[in-house]
Amino acid sequence: MAKNINQIQDSLIEEFGLFEDWTEKYEYLIDLGKKLSPMAEALKTEDNVIKGCQSKVWLSAKFEEGKVIFEADSEAVIVKGLISMLIRVLSNQTPQDILQADLYFIDEIGMSQHLAQTRSNGLLAMVKQMKNYALAFSLKD
Amino acid sequence: MNSYRSDFPILDQMVNGKPLIYFDNAATTQKPKQVIEVLKHYYEMDNANIHRGAHALADRATAKYENTRKKIADFINSPSTEQIIFTSGTTGGINLVAQTFGRAFVGNGDQIIVSNLEHHSNIVPWQMIAQEKGAEIKVIPVSEVGVLDMEAFKSLLNSRVKLVAVNHVSNAIGTINPIETIISEAHNVGAKVLIDGAQSVAHISIDVQKLDVDFLAFSAHKLFGPTGVGVLYGKKELLNAMPPYQGGGEMIKEVSFAGTTYNELPYKFEAGTPNIADVIAFGASLDYLNSLSHQTIWELEKELLSYASKRLLEIDGLKIIGTAPQKIAVVSFLIEGTHPQDIGLLLDKYGIAIRTGHHCAQPLMQRFDIVGTCRASFAFYNTKEEIDAFVEALKKVVLMLK
Repeated sequence: MAKNINQIQDSLIEEFGLFEDWTEKYEYLIDLGKKLSPMAEALKTEDNVIKGCQSKVWLSAKFEEGKVIFEADSEAVIVKGLISMLIRVLSNQTPQDILQADLYFIDEIGMSQHLAQTRSNGLLAMVKQMKNYALAFSLKD
Repeated sequence: MNSYRSDFPILDQMVNGKPLIYFDNAATTQKPKQVIEVLKHYYEMDNANIHRGAHALADRATAKYENTRKKIADFINSPSTEQIIFTSGTTGGINLVAQTFGRAFVGNGDQIIVSNLEHHSNIVPWQMIAQEKGAEIKVIPVSEVGVLDMEAFKSLLNSRVKLVAVNHVSNAIGTINPIETIISEAHNVGAKVLIDGAQSVAHISIDVQKLDVDFLAFSAHKLFGPTGVGVLYGKKELLNAMPPYQGGGEMIKEVSFAGTTYNELPYKFEAGTPNIADVIAFGASLDYLNSLSHQTIWELEKELLSYASKRLLEIDGLKIIGTAPQKIAVVSFLIEGTHPQDIGLLLDKYGIAIRTGHHCAQPLMQRFDIVGTCRASFAFYNTKEEIDAFVEALKKVVLMLK
């Protein structure tokens, strides 16, 4: 049985709990960004660009066996690290679970500043777009 | 230690556990306590609507409001106070000219010249009016180091050019443009010139009569004054010939349903209750600037620019975007293998405020084929010690990212 969204969020919170200060946290985030599985170049289309981000962010989704699979990429590595966490939490879940997900881990690991509208780094737009995909797939289902 | 710092209360604070280093002065400058005091005093003592009340507070507020207009006229050497129109900011002033001068004097097949160095605010209002009128926008190209190609500019000039709209200083890379030449060359073909002074007025003194400029727009908030106030200067015959912009109170002489007669300059262009408090506080920022002199500011900032440029180049793979021989204290840069957004985010953790991104100058970014830059912009209250701390933090940030 795959882990559910909250179990994954809890393990992320536990991982971040090990860090002493912001440098360790961001080093980890940068590392996550660098390790994010590369997105197929063919998917990096203008249609897949998320608007309202300072760096370019691409997101695509497909629906397989009742689960939504996300792929994403960005030009900026910290955003990529944030994306990598969102994918870990929301990819390979059902549309219903994604739509209902309360992403409390972002606040718990001290990254809520990235969700603020003012930062325009796309995390908020990204979450919204992921939920939009889930909604579209749930209607198709 | 810089003796002006104590005038700026905001500078004395910790951000993310580190002393704030504010290098985003091209976005907005900080306000001296003299300005903050005047703002507070106004609301505590003088607040009233201006130009109509028959009472003491209205008289006081009106006198102080009009006194700022006088200070601005002196500041840029305007021949009269009527030519000083209060706006919401530089963008507001440019839009006013586009929608009035543009509507009245730009026609089908005419041309408007802008430069490749412009902020979106000095591009989009012209595109809007050009589209409406069937006019064309022509662009002065920019060289590899970020200097306007003046030969190309001269070849663009012809009798169809109605207006040349360029900035005095580039917000993204700091280039100081040769506006004297631009103005005289444009006048030779009968074109008018609007100068976007948003980035220059705090650093370079401007004499509108000596320049013979037709329009000058700038903002108070980049001049150590409050946000939400700007100035449009214009030549009197042009302002008189232009139709009014927005309708409302103040801008009218008489209203009846048969027709309305408009007020005289400058009120013709100041519809509605203006931003009284901030205009009055703007006067205090001009007093503050005058107490320093442009010469002092220029020398302090020149020193910061050359020191920052030199120290930044110690960093491997760092490239300065925009190395014009004439620059204000702005350094735009990129570091090989890193994205500006990551640099900005991590510098913030060190309490350092810079700007990253395209700086609302996307055509310039396209010119250099880059997504954006990191921009550190200095004011006279910044110090070499801050630049040292910035360079040390930047070195650590680059290590984290590479």
